[in-house]
Order: sequence, then C-alpha cells, then structure tokens
Amino acid sequence: MWDYTKSVMDHFSNPRNVGKIENANGVGEVGSLACGDALKLYLKIDPETGKIEEARFQTFGCASAIASASALTEMVKGMSIEEASKVTNDDIARFLGGLPEQKMHCSVMGREALEAAIANFKGEEIAEHEDATVICKCFWVDEQKLREVVIENKLKTVEEVTHYTKAGGGCGGCVPDIKRILNDINGTKADEPVEKPRMTNLQRIKLITETIETKIAPILRADGGDIELVDIDGYDVYVKLHGACAGCSGAKATLQKIVQETLRKEVDPDISIIEASK
Amino acid sequence: MTDFKQVYLDNNATCKTSPGVVEAMLPFFGDLYGNPSSMHSFGGRVAEHVISARAKVAALLNASPEEIVFTSCGTESDNHAIRGTLEANPEKKHIVTSKVEHPAVLNVFRFLAKRKGYRVTELGVNKQGDLNLEELKAALTPDTVLLSIMAANNESGTLFPIDEIGAIAREKGVIFHTDAVQAVGKIPVDLKKLPVDLLSLSGHKLHTPKGIGALYIRKGTRISPFIIGGHQEHGRRAGTENVPYIIGLGQACEEAMNDIFEENNRVRKLRDKLETGLMSQISHAHINGNPQWRLPNTSNIGFEFIEGEAILLHLSAAGIAASSGSACTSGSLEPSHVLMAMQVPFTYAHGSVRFSLSKFTTEDEIDYALKTIPPVVQKLRDMSPFYDPKK
Repeated sequence: MWDYTKSVMDHFSNPRNVGKIENANGVGEVGSLACGDALKLYLKIDPETGKIEEARFQTFGCASAIASASALTEMVKGMSIEEASKVTNDDIARFLGGLPEQKMHCSVMGREALEAAIANFKGEEIAEHEDATVICKCFWVDEQKLREVVIENKLKTVEEVTHYTKAGGGCGGCVPDIKRILNDINGTKADEPVEKPRMTNLQRIKLITETIETKIAPILRADGGDIELVDIDGYDVYVKLHGACAGCSGAKATLQKIVQETLRKEVDPDISIIEASK
Repeated sequence: MTDFKQVYLDNNATCKTSPGVVEAMLPFFGDLYGNPSSMHSFGGRVAEHVISARAKVAALLNASPEEIVFTSCGTESDNHAIRGTLEANPEKKHIVTSKVEHPAVLNVFRFLAKRKGYRVTELGVNKQGDLNLEELKAALTPDTVLLSIMAANNESGTLFPIDEIGAIAREKGVIFHTDAVQAVGKIPVDLKKLPVDLLSLSGHKLHTPKGIGALYIRKGTRISPFIIGGHQEHGRRAGTENVPYIIGLGQACEEAMNDIFEENNRVRKLRDKLETGLMSQISHAHINGNPQWRLPNTSNIGFEFIEGEAILLHLSAAGIAASSGSACTSGSLEPSHVLMAMQVPFTYAHGSVRFSLSKFTTEDEIDYALKTIPPVVQKLRDMSPFYDPKK
C-alpha cells in the first residue's frame, strides 16, 4: 500500500468542494480516461476584484488525485487570480504533507487545471500544442510542459520526470527525448550515461568478432599467444587460448582482465567471458 | 460502526491459513526436528511424514509421488520448469508462452529472449481472455522446445483448455509446462488424463503459510536440476527439506481434495451471488474474463468512470479486501498487462476490481459486500467528470 499522509487520507475520504459550479466563469479540464486520471476545475471569480469566490472540482483518479484536487480548491478559495497563478504543484503537495514520489503527477495535474481555468476566465485560448512537440505519445505530454515541470521541480533523472508528468512511463519510446531535455536544462553533464541502442544478435556477434580480431588478439599475439572465438550464446562469449597463454597460471586472469573488459567496453557491459572446455 | 466487518475477498493474492494445516505443521517446529535424510530414528520418523505429505500432493493431482518435487514457492517451480527444461534440451532455441502469464513465467521468458538469445513467441488472447488454439498450433515449430501456458488466469479467472493445449504440444513434440498455481485445489486437475509434462503449484493459494510450492515433473521429462547440492528430492532440488511446510502442503492438498466439491459449488454460488448482485445494482459495469469458462472463485468487474485504487481504499476503510488492475495500485502507469492483452477499454480498465473468494468466505460476508460496494462506486462516480447519471 502507498504510504499516504493523514492529510491525504483525510482529503481522499472526505473531499472538500466536490461538484460543479453551474455559473462558473473559469473552467479548466486536464487529463483523460486513457491517461488514468483527469480533473475538471470550476472557479467562480469576481470580475471586478479578480477574487476567487468559489472553487469546486470533479475528478477521475486515484486517492492522491482526489486529495490533490480537494487541497487545490481549499487553497485557492479567497485568493486573487494573481495569487492563484503563482500556486505550484509543490505547494499542493506540501499542503497535503507530501505525496509519494510516484504520485507527484497528481499535484502537477492540479496546477495544470488551475492554469487552464484562469486562462479560461481571462478568455485566453490555451494553444493546442502541435503534434510535433508532443514528446510522450502514451500520455500526451508536450515538450513545453516537460520543460516547465523539470525547471520548477529541479528534476534530474528520467525516473523523476515520469513520476511528475507520467512521460516515459508507457512504451518508453520517448526516454531519449526526455534525456535530451534534461541534459539541455541541467547542462551538458548527463546524469545517466546515454544508453547505446541495443544491438541485434547479428550486430553483436559481428562486433564481438571484430573486437577480438583487431583489439584483443594482437595484444596476446605480442606475447606469443593467441585467442580463438569458439561460440557466442547471447551475452556469453566462449573462447579458447592458444600458445604461450594456454596453461599459463595467469591465463584466467588474462582472460578476465583483457578480453572481458575490452568486450564490455566496446560491445556491451553485460558480456561474460567463458573459457571453452576441451 | 456497529456492523464493521473484515471481509477478505483477495484469495487469488493469498489465502487464510487453514487451522488444520497449522495444527499439522506445529509438531515439526518442535519435537519432530530430525533431518529426514539422517540414518537414525530422529530423521526416520520425520521422513515418514514427508513421504506421506508427498503422497497427498500426488493424490490431489492424480500423479505418482516420485513425480512431485517440493520447492519454496510457485515462482521457484516456474523458474525450475522453464530454465531446467532449456538447460537439458539446449539444441532448440524457440519457446512459446502467452501474454497473460504471471510475471513468474512472463519475465523469465523475456529474460531468456533478452539475455540468452531465445526466440520467444507470446500468444495474445481475445476480449474474453481466451487463446486462439489454431494460432498456438501454428506457433509451435520444429525448433520449439517449450510451451508454457497457465491453467487459470490469476486476474480474470479465465481457464485455458490445458487438455487440448497439451495434446497439441505432444503432437508437435514440444515439452508442455503449465502454471497451475490458481487452478490446483479450485478445479479438478487429473495428471493421468491431462497431457502435461510440468506443472507448478503454490501452497499459500491452498491455505498453507507462504514459503512452499511444488513442481510436478512427469516421469521421463528431460529437465536439469535448478538448485544443485545434496541428494534431496532425488537430486532434482537440493537443500534440506523445509519439513514443517512440506507437511503443511500435504495437509492442505488433502483438505483441498475433500473440499473441491464444495469449492466448485458453494463458492461458485457465492461468487455468482456477489457478481449478479453487483451487476444488477451498478450500471456501466462489465465482467472481465470468460463468464462461463472461469475459476469458480473469481470475479473481475470493470466499473466505468472511476479508478481502482480509490475504490480499494474506500473498500478497505469499510473492511473489505480486494485488488485492482488499475495502474495506480501497482505503481506503474499502465493498467494490468492481462487487461491490456484482453483489450479491455480504458473506460473501465482503470476501474477494474478483482474479487476472489475461498472456502472460508461466508454468505454473510457476501451480503455485507453487496451492501457496501455499490455506495462506494456511486460516491466516486458522483465526483467523476465522465459520469452522467442520465445516461
């Protein structure tokens, strides 16, 4: 079970301000059934003073989505729209005494709905982002939103971005793009090494063969020995040593050190070297 | 609350331990501490009980005692069956399973594809969770070494026709493993009749404490040991026997054999009462799984417009334990792989709840559930932007 705070459980069990406002003049709707959560926020704003007189919500989502929406309505009631527009997702999470990291996207959804409702009141059209800028096609997250959330919450890793925006949590196809955005914002210093694309079996076998021929065998031959590639089974590489190396007590160490390290570096970190019997 | 109850409807996750099982186990935590392999009376007395437990497990499956290997859990049985078969039959490189297997099978297959160079076919299912047997037959090639298809699905309860699937595998010369963790004890499993080579079962789904399972290995099946060491279990699974739990599993299998008629009838009636009661009281609800060809204890219902975690937490506050295929309950962002493979629409995949009963479920508890669940669904729908009471 999730470790929810007492405040989250309270706002989930007894949500405040549930329902529609029939004459709302600021309505914001975010999320969808496919995404697994959605929030519709209704605001009644005094057109003279710009003060939020009433806030209500409807939501489809988990306990933290319900609690975040309830908290949001409690927070913004009585605020001016200028004050409300400064509310961040972190403020919502803090109001609830914190949310589990994996549930932070619920607070982000609250802030997005607030933004949309204020824009609706002001008569601004929230520009529908072009398809081209959508980074995560599973949860329909665009680049602009990703950049905003990364900067605002000082996110450093892809995992954090997924927890806050869901982006990257579906098929994973956009993970390289998320890394690009993170590197872009946090400077070129990559927090995680950019993964090389997975090779096909054929490509891997070819690269292993080439690496042994051009990089490993010459070193052994210089000492009067040689290496023979016997078989490749997935990431297990079977080799035999000949000449000066064979039977040498240092043979095993040589294998481990030179062959495995070189192949791990050049081909794949999961490679294991096995000395072929017979 | 004056009528507060604890109603456990999550028996496909784990079950209440049977008092008879606990009682049978207790002496083996105390005086009967001997090692069954020892050449003295301390061990000998214990060995007799282990022999008797093995016979009881075999009897439930209509198998021979020497075909039963005790393991630590269902997951170990699955890993042993799959990896042991591949090790003993290294010449073939294609393996076949379904998209709706438990992770104890599916993730092993995916590991073998990624790390060991195996070609893996994952067969899909239709909207009721059924396999297409023609597709299955076509998937088995001369290079196929192993087919692993579960007997009953843990989420939807849908049963696979293990007899027909086993016959196809046999015809094609493919070793057939079935993860029967959810089926054993709930429906009759007769291994003299079923063409199954390897079968996994788990104790805690049969009312033992957690920590015991078994693997059935049909005589003559080529399989390598999974844990190597001493000669225990005829060298097929080394390690000093987990005696109290083996005794517990024997007792549980004996009880299952006596109860299987009740399980098939009384529990099915209670499940049907729960399901028809909920379906008649709650609109926009859908049964996930094959409604006829299904485990007698399982009901998986998708409630439109609401989300599973919120349902579970409200039910939990009312004393009812169930589980959900919603994304939020697992910590992942996608609904369960089983519901996705069944192409359950997003409108109710996120709001799917699994109720699973056991022989300890009472009619009183079902009445309480029927009274408690509809208002919870309504409360959440009342706050959902997608729910329109007029429709």
